[in-house]
Amino acid sequence: MESAFLIEKGVIILVVFGITMLIALYSTFAERVLAGYFQDRLGPNRAGPGGLLQPLADGVKMFTKEDFIPETPNKLLFILGPGLAMTTALMTSAVIPWGRQLTLFGYTATLQAADINIAILYVFGVISIGVYGIMIGGWASNNKFSLLGAVRASSQMISYEVAMGLSMIAVLMVSGSLSMHEIAENQHGFIDWNWHGHKFAWPSWYVFKQPLAFLIFLICAFAETNRTPFDLPECESELVGGYHTEYSSMKLGFFLFAEYVNMFISSAIIAIVFFGGYNYPGMDWVHSTLGGNAETIIGTLVLFAKIFFFIFFYMWVRWTVPRFRYDQLMNLGWKILMPLAILNIVITGIVLIATGA
Amino acid sequence: MTDYGSISLTGRKIDVSQKEMTFSEKLYLPGIIKGMGITLKHFFSKKVTVQYPDEKREFSPVYRGQHILMRDENGAERCTACGLCALACPAEAITMTSAERKPGEENLYREEKYASVYEINMLRCIFCGLCEEACPKEAIFLTEKISNADYSREGFIFGKDKLVLKPEQQVL
Repeated sequence: MESAFLIEKGVIILVVFGITMLIALYSTFAERVLAGYFQDRLGPNRAGPGGLLQPLADGVKMFTKEDFIPETPNKLLFILGPGLAMTTALMTSAVIPWGRQLTLFGYTATLQAADINIAILYVFGVISIGVYGIMIGGWASNNKFSLLGAVRASSQMISYEVAMGLSMIAVLMVSGSLSMHEIAENQHGFIDWNWHGHKFAWPSWYVFKQPLAFLIFLICAFAETNRTPFDLPECESELVGGYHTEYSSMKLGFFLFAEYVNMFISSAIIAIVFFGGYNYPGMDWVHSTLGGNAETIIGTLVLFAKIFFFIFFYMWVRWTVPRFRYDQLMNLGWKILMPLAILNIVITGIVLIATGA
Repeated sequence: MTDYGSISLTGRKIDVSQKEMTFSEKLYLPGIIKGMGITLKHFFSKKVTVQYPDEKREFSPVYRGQHILMRDENGAERCTACGLCALACPAEAITMTSAERKPGEENLYREEKYASVYEINMLRCIFCGLCEEACPKEAIFLTEKISNADYSREGFIFGKDKLVLKPEQQVL
């Protein structure tokens, strides 16, 4: 039993790692194609059918570039930076529930690497460590622009973590659990809603119960992943390249890749916490007619559809909203989002007590 | 006295206003949603890209591209090396050396004098078409061909091998 458990978790970790890498790889391609489409262009379509081999070409290019290390007393830290950024980006996927149980050859496996009861706390912890990758990389570059980019990145991420955590607390008050698995399970089914004699059934997703928390979390997720309109850490027009100015070859690749992995993981977290995760309308019907495996597989596909929508949303916003000024960024984080998140907690508390939940 | 501040030469002058933002403007969100609607409209709109080597943009009938030295109806070169094109050229891109036609070369060169060397420096050429206008023998024309890129400066000096119309291309 013990070895079967280890094999199950090992397989899930490997598969999730592979899928994460694949999606991050093709996110770079999707970003370029979508950028083209949003600007009335076609984007890269020369390498392979429809340009599908473009990420491979980019990867080969990255690997064959000169691996340059600048004149710096901290060579080890310089190498550690991108590695740390990549590691923390990949670590979060361990607690994400990708689906319900899957029964294969009489063995039941849960599609989650680790169902720990403090999953949300773990996610926030790992995200905070993510700052160190950028900070160490920028510091070890021995370059003013890199250091400025790193300082911006760390202050931005620390500021937005506050509002992000506070917005999540309101959700946790409703869910009553820190486990990602239980948060996803809580959003199963429908809320019946009676309005002047008309009956409506909403999916019981937390986005309908906590719209304000969702909005705050979404904005903070953009800031945490350093995506436009909060991409001040790299900010080509002001800081050359920000914290990765001095990086080249695959070290730069790791930094850029970590951003896309982060984007995928944060899309997954948004989909699971606010949009029901692997839950979809008609789930119980599928379970009773087609069985548990079909229910799980469709659920996982639905989860990925939701994730892909949010990845698209990230890119859509990137090509719409221009970059914030630094004081606007700080004003938004501390003076608007944080008070709003606290207000949301208070309102949630009052409603929970009033309804006796 | 004229108020010089109100003059607008293009008629498109807009005064900059620094008025206080309204509440909905301060929220940013309505503006962002509106902007995202605009980008989504562009996402589905027709793409303007011309995929160059596969499809070529239609040229204007007066487009001036790479030069060509024409032959007459018998296949003999029309150019007599009079030098008027070189004289007309504002970029001084054209050089030539003249030579006298030997007996038995009547099928190669139309007149007694011809250009033994005719070179156009494509890096200097500005494709103005004045050589075409100056030519009294209707020998030089600017075609719709885009002149090729090259790796060396020498490669941009086009000699007669690249400029003279190939006999098999001639349409009578």
